[in-house]
Amino acid sequence: MNRHTLDVRYQLCPIPVIRTQNMVNKLPAGDIVEVLCTDPGTLHDIPAWCRINGHRLLDSEQGKDEIRIVLEVCRSA
Amino acid sequence: MATQRKAVALISGGLDSMLAARVVQDHGVHVEGINFFTGFCVEGHTHAIRRKDSARPKRNNALWVAEQLGIKLHIVDVIEEYKDVVLNPKHGYGAHINPCLDCKGFMVGKAREWMEQNGFDFIITGEVLGQRPMSQRRDTFPVVARESGANDRLLRPLCARLLSPTLPEREGWVDRARLHDFNGRSRKPQIALARSYGLHDYAQPAGGCCFLTNEQYAVKITDLWKSRGRRDYELDDIMLLKVGRHLRPRPHFKLIVGREEGENKFLEGYKNRYTAFRSTSHTGPLALLDGTADEADLQLSARLVARFGKGKDAASVSVEVTGPGHPPRSLEVRPLGQDEIPSEWYIA
Ligand code: SF4
Repeated sequence: MNRHTLDVRYQLCPIPVIRTQNMVNKLPAGDIVEVLCTDPGTLHDIPAWCRINGHRLLDSEQGKDEIRIVLEVCRSA
Repeated sequence: MATQRKAVALISGGLDSMLAARVVQDHGVHVEGINFFTGFCVEGHTHAIRRKDSARPKRNNALWVAEQLGIKLHIVDVIEEYKDVVLNPKHGYGAHINPCLDCKGFMVGKAREWMEQNGFDFIITGEVLGQRPMSQRRDTFPVVARESGANDRLLRPLCARLLSPTLPEREGWVDRARLHDFNGRSRKPQIALARSYGLHDYAQPAGGCCFLTNEQYAVKITDLWKSRGRRDYELDDIMLLKVGRHLRPRPHFKLIVGREEGENKFLEGYKNRYTAFRSTSHTGPLALLDGTADEADLQLSARLVARFGKGKDAASVSVEVTGPGHPPRSLEVRPLGQDEIPSEWYIA
């Protein structure tokens, strides 16, 4: 299990979602991706993308200047 | 047991594409969605920038639609390839700089590539005959099918019964009798169909799905091309055209001035790539300079930016100027008076 960080600060949705998708699509099940963002839309869109595509949202928090979203890559059998 | 057929649906986030996918799901077909990001899309991010839009749901409508339908959604970045569609449309433009017919052909073509790579059988769009003047006409539908290479693997479930049967209909993958015959600009049949599916919350209406249909946006992008002497753009250019006041005090540079905190925060993200101005003595907007500027231009810009802040009537305002390749400096300036800003400086 590896941990990865994706910095999409100052990028607007849907770019953070696309970058997350493109990274996750290359990773094996169990890997963890931490996404750093600033667009408040990501708080909605990245969790929605996870639900639709079957990945697990582990954490999402809005700091003063930054948003941090953590997810686990899942692959259905 | 018959093989379950698979269709890829172009999902814009609007009602029509949502219904088209839903109709085909009813035929037992496995549906997945595809959505293209061109850089010009009017989507959640545009609303996310401006605080005045904070009451709107900050959701990506395509993702939301996929979730309602219970389908996967693949979002594809087509920013680079789409440039050729915008800059050289062989079928020309609509009312502004919207190359709708080329755009449709391009997107269905990308969906066809995806279909082939992923072993899917056909493509679904939410097009309705006669709904759009340029791309949704009886004579332009075959152009999209042909130029995209999708040919008769392109199914338009909302108006299929008005068109020749496609492969999915002929093969019995879907039942033509249960497809629709929607025609024209009325939205009533779509609204009734949505109601029959229990869908009450959806993005309205099927108007422009991108900024290329927006008159002010068209003026701004045309100004950009004129000032640079070439028709081209980068993603930063077209994103920055979506925010702020745009003023061109001199032919060789323009200023993008944030109109409120949401826009200022967005412009912050570009501060390390552009010369930026912000008052340090009074509350005021962040502004970026796009182009080239000499010392007199910087002074003029600082005075203009000071005009849009709380210090507009002050005798002197301190404006910090930052940018790539030079250390931050502070300029003490007298804000421009209202009568010193000619209306021609405003780009749109
Ligand atoms: S409105 Fe924009 S996205 Fe929609 S078909 Fe026309 S050019 Fe393409």
